[in-house]
Amino acid sequence: MAECGRVDSNTSSHTMDKSITLPPDEIFRNMENAKRFAIDIGGSLTKLAYYSTVQHKVAKVRSFDHSTKEAAGDKLYEIAVQEEVTARLHFIKFENAYIETCLDFIKDHLVNTETKVIKATGGGAHKFKELIERKLGLKVDKEDEMTCLIKGCNFVLKNIPHEAFVYAKHADSEFRFQTTNPDIFPYLLVNIGSGVSIVKVESEDKFERIGGSSIGGGTFWGLGALLTKTKRFDELLQLASKGQHSSVDMLVKDIYGGSYACLGLTGDLIASSFGKSATADKEFSDEDMAKSLLHMISNDIGQLACLYAKLHNLSRVYFGGFFIRGHPVTMHTITYSINFFTKGEVQALFLRHEGYLGAIGAFLKGAEEDNPNQYSWGENYAGSSGLMSVSPDMNPMQRARSGTFPFDMLEMDRLDRQLVNLPLLQDPSSYIPDTVDLTEDAQAREYWLSCFEEALDGVVKRAVASQPDIPEAAERAEKFRQKYLHKLQTLRHQPFAYGSLTVRSLLDTREHCLNEFNFPDPYSKIKERENDIALKYYEKAVKSLEELSWEDRQFALVRGVLAGNVFDWGAKAVSEVLESNPEFGFEEAKRRLEDRPWLVDSFDQWLERLKGPPHRCALFFVDNSGVDIILGVMPFVRELLSRGTEVVLASNSGPALNDVTNSELQILTERIAAMDPVIDSALREDRLTLVQNGSSSPCLDLSRLDKVLAMLVRERQTDLVIIEGMGRAIHTNYYAMLSCESLKMAVIKNSWLADRLGGKLFSVVFKYEVPAGAGKPH
Amino acid sequence: LKIEDTQPETHAFPWFGMDIGGTLVKLVYFEPVDITAEEEQEEVENLKSIRRYLTSNVAYGKTGVRDVHLELRNLTMCGRTGNLHFIRFPTQAMPRFIQMGRDKNFSSLHTTLCATGGGAYKFENDFRTMADLELLKLDELDCLIRGLLYIDRVGFNGHPECYYFQNPSDPNSCVKKPCNLDNHFPMLLVNIGSGVSILAVYSENNYKRVTGTSLGGGTFLGLCCLLTGCETFEEALEMASKGDSTNVDKLVKDIYGGDYERFGLQGSAVASSFGHMMCKEKRDSISKEDLARATLITITNNIGSIARMCAVNEKIERVVFVGNFLRINTVSTKLLAYAMDFWSKGQLRALFLEHEGYFGAVGALMELLKTSEDL
Repeated sequence: MAECGRVDSNTSSHTMDKSITLPPDEIFRNMENAKRFAIDIGGSLTKLAYYSTVQHKVAKVRSFDHSTKEAAGDKLYEIAVQEEVTARLHFIKFENAYIETCLDFIKDHLVNTETKVIKATGGGAHKFKELIERKLGLKVDKEDEMTCLIKGCNFVLKNIPHEAFVYAKHADSEFRFQTTNPDIFPYLLVNIGSGVSIVKVESEDKFERIGGSSIGGGTFWGLGALLTKTKRFDELLQLASKGQHSSVDMLVKDIYGGSYACLGLTGDLIASSFGKSATADKEFSDEDMAKSLLHMISNDIGQLACLYAKLHNLSRVYFGGFFIRGHPVTMHTITYSINFFTKGEVQALFLRHEGYLGAIGAFLKGAEEDNPNQYSWGENYAGSSGLMSVSPDMNPMQRARSGTFPFDMLEMDRLDRQLVNLPLLQDPSSYIPDTVDLTEDAQAREYWLSCFEEALDGVVKRAVASQPDIPEAAERAEKFRQKYLHKLQTLRHQPFAYGSLTVRSLLDTREHCLNEFNFPDPYSKIKERENDIALKYYEKAVKSLEELSWEDRQFALVRGVLAGNVFDWGAKAVSEVLESNPEFGFEEAKRRLEDRPWLVDSFDQWLERLKGPPHRCALFFVDNSGVDIILGVMPFVRELLSRGTEVVLASNSGPALNDVTNSELQILTERIAAMDPVIDSALREDRLTLVQNGSSSPCLDLSRLDKVLAMLVRERQTDLVIIEGMGRAIHTNYYAMLSCESLKMAVIKNSWLADRLGGKLFSVVFKYEVPAGAGKPH
Repeated sequence: LKIEDTQPETHAFPWFGMDIGGTLVKLVYFEPVDITAEEEQEEVENLKSIRRYLTSNVAYGKTGVRDVHLELRNLTMCGRTGNLHFIRFPTQAMPRFIQMGRDKNFSSLHTTLCATGGGAYKFENDFRTMADLELLKLDELDCLIRGLLYIDRVGFNGHPECYYFQNPSDPNSCVKKPCNLDNHFPMLLVNIGSGVSILAVYSENNYKRVTGTSLGGGTFLGLCCLLTGCETFEEALEMASKGDSTNVDKLVKDIYGGDYERFGLQGSAVASSFGHMMCKEKRDSISKEDLARATLITITNNIGSIARMCAVNEKIERVVFVGNFLRINTVSTKLLAYAMDFWSKGQLRALFLEHEGYFGAVGALMELLKTSEDL
């Protein structure tokens, strides 16, 4: 059974406070455009879901008409900040006690009148049916609980990276997030509500309840309330965490005096739960009994789950339900039980958004005509609260005193593009984009959190400067600062809040927060200026390269890419130089580069390779605009084209720092084509193709790339992947294994990271790899 | 171990087999009835007194009991004819038992005391130091299987040892039926003592422990004591027989108003054991008898469910339930029979044995006799 039908009288201990005012900026956001509601009412928590559209400022790059180029003066292109409407899913979780307050708020803010129905699920849905219908004037349409749960589960597993995790109480980091496996089926979902349901899920629409047990959360709660003076579920768990079960349980050593060695049963193993309470003539403490009860129930559920997993030959077992929901105590005991019964063969998996599954599923049921499963969705870090935002241990009285009531949110943005794996990953299921997991590496975490905190002033300044004509920009920028600072503080205490903490996630969170406050592209002006300057030097740069001997040229081209990559506003060391010395030039950058041998140096192998036959097609993930793309990357691309290699240039779909976006790159390439017949003919003959990568991040997740890019890669029989820049080739993908040749090029522009890798500032990583087993190409 | 001076044809009396469990000590005693006059004369006095004490009483001290109804009469073991007695007492009384062994100067009898169960290990040192007795420690699962197969072979005073329930799904026509456990193997053996062990048995010497659970007889009694204040297994069962578990458990129909058809769950199935107890009003309205009943049903159903899963995983159709949890416990035996039948759609059959909890002790006795045969 999924959810306990109703909560007992303890709801009265925190009856609704009508004086509570809801902060509209924070909860039920974008209610004006909301449509398609769904609600999941459980034993104690309500989860509300709605679909809304968000008006966003986006920077659109527009080329000037070439025929009237003269008239446009010096300007390269025009950047217009436009309003764009994007789709967003909102999910809010709050205690049932506040349901009326929330419904009133929704009624007051709901403008959309097309909405007629609200999808509802969960054990409490019937109890509040009348209230919802009266308050909102929407018809409550009930959906099957289990169906919703499974639908929701499929959705989060598919769309949210790091959704599932393994819990390890005594490890360095308690949460070990799982990489997203493109193939999520089949799996077992063990839902521990008042009872237990064990469901085997084989595909999007095919699932089966293969078993269950009546010993579940309700048994813990019910027996706990009978045995102890504690009557609330959360408090019973707290009680249990303080107890010693060995005073109540009969252990193997109580019977054997030690272990039962020939069966491999250790002395501490529980032989009989509550076995001592039958014989000992003594009183047992509430804590000890609660602990014994918790072990008894967790072990029993774990054992059954293992038996079912074995019978159906399933190795992925997810646990959910109110017994698990955010409670480290039960995650620990369930994990322990699974490890014991399967001897480590099966891992107990938990979900970050487990509490939302029913609401997500109910929502999806109602939104089927919008085909939400056709799109890719992304977790919005700015609008989501993160794991354990509301501590389940917090006392309700404490909560009441905090002013508003506690709630937890999840927001997901519909992505314009469908995202898929790069077909050239050696093993998609074991691919991890990020090089360092800051959740596990405390030292690195501390450094990067401070680093991002220190850089915040600069980002705020940049954001304000990017909108000089808008007077309230400063105020918005300040809000952005507060928001991001708050995120950083949260992550300091709960590094696991959004899955594995990585440099990438810190960067992405910053981008999400900037977008949230309508700073879609703070670097647009800088990028434009730098592109403009760099273009002026293009012909000269190409000419001087052509004068070199073949071998010298190959080296100069690589140095060019590396020197270009020094121009990076995202890197602290460089942004300071660029800020103070606008004249900082390409030649200066080359001088700063480390001399060979580089920190990682396989240039000789690369050169050898170039002496062989040309590659069929190279996929180049580019980095910064300006000097980097124009004077570094383009000449390199030009050489590849001249060798007879087709080139696919992959750039960001949306802005991030000073990274070149696809729309900018279109214009830049046209301009270069006008100067350079090699580029021009390649463009026209389709040997040079520009694609977007589907992301707006300074880093690169090769498991979430634009579907069009993936198709192109396959069609062109791509046999070389080039990844450039610190964000894409060092923070991420440094260890990525590809099934074809790959080249990772970056300059380390961060002294701490340089230290870590054993180099120094401006050390060079030039990593050319040929997959093991591949024969020498010539 | 080597007792050179005993007669080669048979082992010296007294013949005991002992199984010291977590809650109960099970003792089997072979009383020879074919003692010759000559033997009678040679028999030392304390051996006679032990025999007299055990066979002329049905209760020993405050807590020891002889299960007279289980006695096997005129049994031939190792060439001797006699009666096999079945005695039990709480493990808590073990120190007093050892004390008695010393007082009766048991060590002078030069017999080997074969013991199994965890207590054989736990109390080994006490036997040695307090009563000058060396235990021959035996594995409890070996003994269980050997004892079970032996008793099944010799039968229960001319009747079969084994039984099952006919029509387990219909409470009105469900009746106990004796049967023979021929073609024993493979069988899934579920031993419900304080805790539960589940074995897959392929032959007398080939078996494996599949799994176990800590939710066993000890859990039933322990929880009943805490919830109702009762003190004995008998008391707990008596209460359970009068209670109604549906006041305590939340049923499928309590949540869904009827059957949960989407998953083929009957409305009468238990959705959440003790689920009603989350709610204060319900807690205030139930009786101790209801609680005892719910505890019994919960534990029994859970064992049934795990046993069934093991049977399916091991591809074994016969499930034999033994152990003292089933003593005078028809609520559980019938429920297990029903659960096996219903959830497997008739594929699995639950079997029970009359001497429920004594097989380990019988196995220990047989080890004693085997020891002498080997000599």
